[in-house]
Amino acid sequence: MKKMTYREAARSALRQALAGDPRVFLMGEDVGRYGGAFAVSHGLLAEFGPERVRDTPLSENTFVGAGIGAALGGLRPIVEVMTVNFSLLSLDQVVNNAATLRHMSGGQLSVPLVVRMATGAGRQLAAQHSHSLEGWYAHVPGITVVAPGTADDARALLLAALREPDPVFVFEHAALYPMEGEVDDTAGPGEIGRAAVRRVGTDLSVITYGGSLPKALAAADLLAAEGITAEVVDLRTLRPLDTATILASVARTHRALVVDEGWRTGSLAAEVSARIMEGGFYDLDGPVQRLCSAEVPMPYARHMEDAALPQPATIAAAARAMLRRDG
Amino acid sequence: MSASIDRDHGLGLLRQMVLIRRFEEKAAELYTVGKIRGFLHLYIGEEAVAVGTMQALTPEDNVVATYREHGQALARGMEAGSVMAEMYGKAGGCSRGRGGSMHLFDVSRRFYGGHAIVGGGLPVAVGLALADAMRGRPAVTACFFGDGAVAEGAFAESLNLAALWRLPVLFLCENNLYAMGTALERHQAQTDVVRKAEAAGVPGEAVDGMDVLAVEAAARRAAEAVRGGQGPRLLEARTYRFRAHSMYDPDLYRAGDEIEAWKTRDPVVLFTAVLRGQGVLGETDLAAMETSVAAEVDAAVAEAESGPWEPVEDLLKDVYTAPVDR
Repeated sequence: MKKMTYREAARSALRQALAGDPRVFLMGEDVGRYGGAFAVSHGLLAEFGPERVRDTPLSENTFVGAGIGAALGGLRPIVEVMTVNFSLLSLDQVVNNAATLRHMSGGQLSVPLVVRMATGAGRQLAAQHSHSLEGWYAHVPGITVVAPGTADDARALLLAALREPDPVFVFEHAALYPMEGEVDDTAGPGEIGRAAVRRVGTDLSVITYGGSLPKALAAADLLAAEGITAEVVDLRTLRPLDTATILASVARTHRALVVDEGWRTGSLAAEVSARIMEGGFYDLDGPVQRLCSAEVPMPYARHMEDAALPQPATIAAAARAMLRRDG
Repeated sequence: MSASIDRDHGLGLLRQMVLIRRFEEKAAELYTVGKIRGFLHLYIGEEAVAVGTMQALTPEDNVVATYREHGQALARGMEAGSVMAEMYGKAGGCSRGRGGSMHLFDVSRRFYGGHAIVGGGLPVAVGLALADAMRGRPAVTACFFGDGAVAEGAFAESLNLAALWRLPVLFLCENNLYAMGTALERHQAQTDVVRKAEAAGVPGEAVDGMDVLAVEAAARRAAEAVRGGQGPRLLEARTYRFRAHSMYDPDLYRAGDEIEAWKTRDPVVLFTAVLRGQGVLGETDLAAMETSVAAEVDAAVAEAESGPWEPVEDLLKDVYTAPVDR
């Protein structure tokens, strides 16, 4: 195990993939000479050259579509879109092509494409750089959606994505890039579709993913000091959801709080909540609760942005309320 | 066209155009009796474009087409039966009945659809060409789209990227003058598609899309340049659809005399006259051709009629490669 940042862990997966498979290449806005908007691909241009680390024009729909075409043509493209807000410009290619081509062609085509992008708030980048729209992607059959919440997963899930025969979207929370964690950079790919219990507890299950995972773990620390033990479930894959791990946790704790940085209405949290209702209703001691981002475009001012997002204190408060130990 | 035409080649071109024409006339008839549903966009009037351009391609080349692609599919050599079965929604269809008229696929012929988002095929074509360039595969990707697509961002983006990276894409604009019901001059300030391409760094040429030999010659020139590593080329074929946009379209936006004027330049009639004039098409050839085409269309319909439906249990099959319920 090595200590490295989430950013370095993602880069180590990219480097391993580029070194190990000549079909793999990386393309996106400023991935080459600039070194990646979030410095994930820093150094890779020098190491692998401009054929395999390609700077693209600001043409999200076309370079994502070109990734689809290159995948159809026998390559293993990794496309980086700078942020999830920008990825909306490529949704046509994602929803109408990447997700459909296999089924619509009667199984003749497959699209082994990996698309990575930064998601999430917390850096005062306001309403066009800060949203968490991965739940929208998770709505779409035909694609797989992963959201690593740890440095080790930033590496392992990216390697796993590159083994899938179908399109995989990797949502890297921008606030996590500088976060350090223990990474086994000799381990093989992770397992897509498998959630993880990050902390064991008996009083309630806090179900979360991505950038909210460290906040949920911090909330669990706060609660532990008060004698409340929260189990923290990291979804890791948003589609397909690991319903079995969610339900098993709820069966142990009998209470579920879903924490999701996306907006509440029509959210991934709503989907998780519905699955608990469908499959774990009789295990529950109380209603499933959701803590999501406030339903506003993300404001710029620090105090307002903080107030719009789930935070350790608000997660802990929600947990206390569920256990009727608030105040 | 004054150069003499090889008889086999000339008859081959004519037969393909006649096949597309009769196949689509039959499809329209079957639509009116409910055998074919959904949208059905007929290519009638534009046959010379698909047939002419396909002459410039080899089996190793890729084709990306639009939702008005029966002509391209047949000209690429896809079986009429598999195309008709697809329009019926049958399991024996080229896309197992999942796509219908707008989404024909045949990977064995490198026919990559059948794209019904206007402009949506262009980025995919750029990517196919990128893969070939990176893999050292000497192939051309032919990408069909209509005049409506030039209004899409994907057109400007894709031409730019293909030119920037010198990718082997042959952009084929089928300019039938109408984006559904909106005439080109009503949606573009610059109506010259070749000039638009040149602004993106893609050399282009316009050709009479009703003249199959002219289309073939221009497509061969363009494909040769692309194949020779000179980067992408655009060919604009000026053509006209004789039928409405789709079977739903009452065609209120085109003047009757405009349609009639274009019909005097029917590509099948024009080329028949050329072949007759050159003594290539004998008295009995056309009748024999019509008979053989009719038999092929009848066989396609019979195949579609008799073919099985995909079992409904297979509904979720091929959403992903792995057979899982996600």
